[in-house]
Amino acid sequence: MRNLFQKHITDLARIRNDIVLLSGDIGNKMFDNFKSVDPNRFINCGIAEASMMSIAGGLALSGLRPVVYTITPFVTARCFEQAKISVGYHDANVLIIGTGSGLSYSELGATHHSLDDISIMSSIPNMRVLAPCDPNELRIYIDEALNIKGPTYIRIGKKGEPIITSEIKNISIGKSNLIKEGKDYLILAIGPIINEALSAVEKFESTNKKSVAIASMSSIKPLDFLFLREMIDRKFKTWITLEEHGFNGGLGIRINNWLFRNDNLKKINTINFNTPDEFIHKLGSQNFIRKELKIDGSYIYKKLLLL
Amino acid sequence: MFEDTIKYKKLKKISRLLRYRTVQTSHNSSIPHLGSCLSCVEILVFLYWNELNINPINPNHDRDRFILSKGHGAPILFQVLAEKGFFDKELLKTAGQNGSLFHEHPPKPGYIPGIEAATGSLGHGLPIALGIALAGKINKKSYRTYTLLSDGECNEGTIWESAMFAASKSLANLTAIIDYNKWQATGRSQEIMALEPLKDKWKAFGWHTQEINGHDFFEIENSLKNAVSNIEKPSVIIANTIKGKGVSFMEDNNNWHYRIPNKEELGKALKELS
Repeated sequence: MRNLFQKHITDLARIRNDIVLLSGDIGNKMFDNFKSVDPNRFINCGIAEASMMSIAGGLALSGLRPVVYTITPFVTARCFEQAKISVGYHDANVLIIGTGSGLSYSELGATHHSLDDISIMSSIPNMRVLAPCDPNELRIYIDEALNIKGPTYIRIGKKGEPIITSEIKNISIGKSNLIKEGKDYLILAIGPIINEALSAVEKFESTNKKSVAIASMSSIKPLDFLFLREMIDRKFKTWITLEEHGFNGGLGIRINNWLFRNDNLKKINTINFNTPDEFIHKLGSQNFIRKELKIDGSYIYKKLLLL
Repeated sequence: MFEDTIKYKKLKKISRLLRYRTVQTSHNSSIPHLGSCLSCVEILVFLYWNELNINPINPNHDRDRFILSKGHGAPILFQVLAEKGFFDKELLKTAGQNGSLFHEHPPKPGYIPGIEAATGSLGHGLPIALGIALAGKINKKSYRTYTLLSDGECNEGTIWESAMFAASKSLANLTAIIDYNKWQATGRSQEIMALEPLKDKWKAFGWHTQEINGHDFFEIENSLKNAVSNIEKPSVIIANTIKGKGVSFMEDNNNWHYRIPNKEELGKALKELS
């Protein structure tokens, strides 16, 4: 995703002279291509994320389309008030990209984990919050975010995420994307962790007559309520949410809350896969931590068998 | 020199009038920060009547920008904007009332003509001004960006992040003015956070620095001219001021950071400002 972001934002900067890229002193060499397009529109703001966010607000107030890029905790929690006031309150045309989201930087420790960013960024009025599951979704979200009014926050992983979505025409801010059909259960997932759902379901369906639908809910705010209504009509027995993020303010709590208000028959069960409400000290690879936290494909598979 | 005398006489008259209205509004509408408003009157009056390239009726993309980083000075800025014709003075009669736009801090642009950014949370206005100045450079516009900070605001980390950023990007199209009235909400600014040596700090951060009497129009004018003629660095003007300036019993008395004048105090203040 990081590479797609770099390549795509550079391509856009070639044809649009209003795009300005702000980096919090990361991406050494990564943005050399962007700089070669126009060095004046690449701004290294130093390790000073709070002022970087307000500077982006000022650029947007002056008609430019700033894109702010750094590691997720530092572009969200670190400068929350600047994102809220300078960007959110001003309804400024700022695109905020958090890289290494969730447990992408699992080995770097709790300081670099971002399991709260969706919660805090979606609390800002005007702010759109997106967690693309693959490079296709990211590319389309960037295109749309840079062509509509107001701020957008996109949390991305690191690099090497596979392409999952085939029906590109279904991808749009505010839209869900049904990636796999199924009849009995429904998995709603955000971000690249949707791969864990795909592997679990593949294994499950190879030995089971029941089938599972999987949808990418990458557009967390705005959420696709129309799609959720359609899913209610399809009478899945269980809705399962999956996210590399805490429960508070994440996808799971939103879906549970929505069902509480809209599932009039109260027949749908819910299961929420998310990270626990604690700091994580047992470090290791992203796959290792997912297993530890029971948000990995093999654990989801076991849960499906119990349904 | 004779022309200057006439010009400054007019500016003094406007300053007195705006102080009068601000004190009156504070009493009528129970709006605080009177001391903070009264310390920056001459700075704002000079900027809006002599310095800024602005057209209140028809603002365009090339206009100079002013950001009130010390957003709690909004009551005096509202008076300035009304007197300059950005909106009808009658609107200010709603100040402090439920449902009014005119309360303690400036809202985001689009609600009150002439307001370029929402401020009030300290430490936001300067980096927003940096963004506006940087956009001017990127877009090759000739406008200049001005911002007014309070000395207490220099407690905020974003001020010093911004100071380093502006110097590294050589934002010479930016003038910051610090209303150095030596007080912040609960005490002497130097005692709460060691601000001094303030001028040396900004100089060390790579800024073109000047120190002036912030109530003297001649010094304000000269410093702003010097700031414009410097073409390599961002410019900061440390304006030594007196909190509560213009009303004898409010001057250098920090009770007037929050205090609202009662009827008797209002009478005394208005008599001095008449």
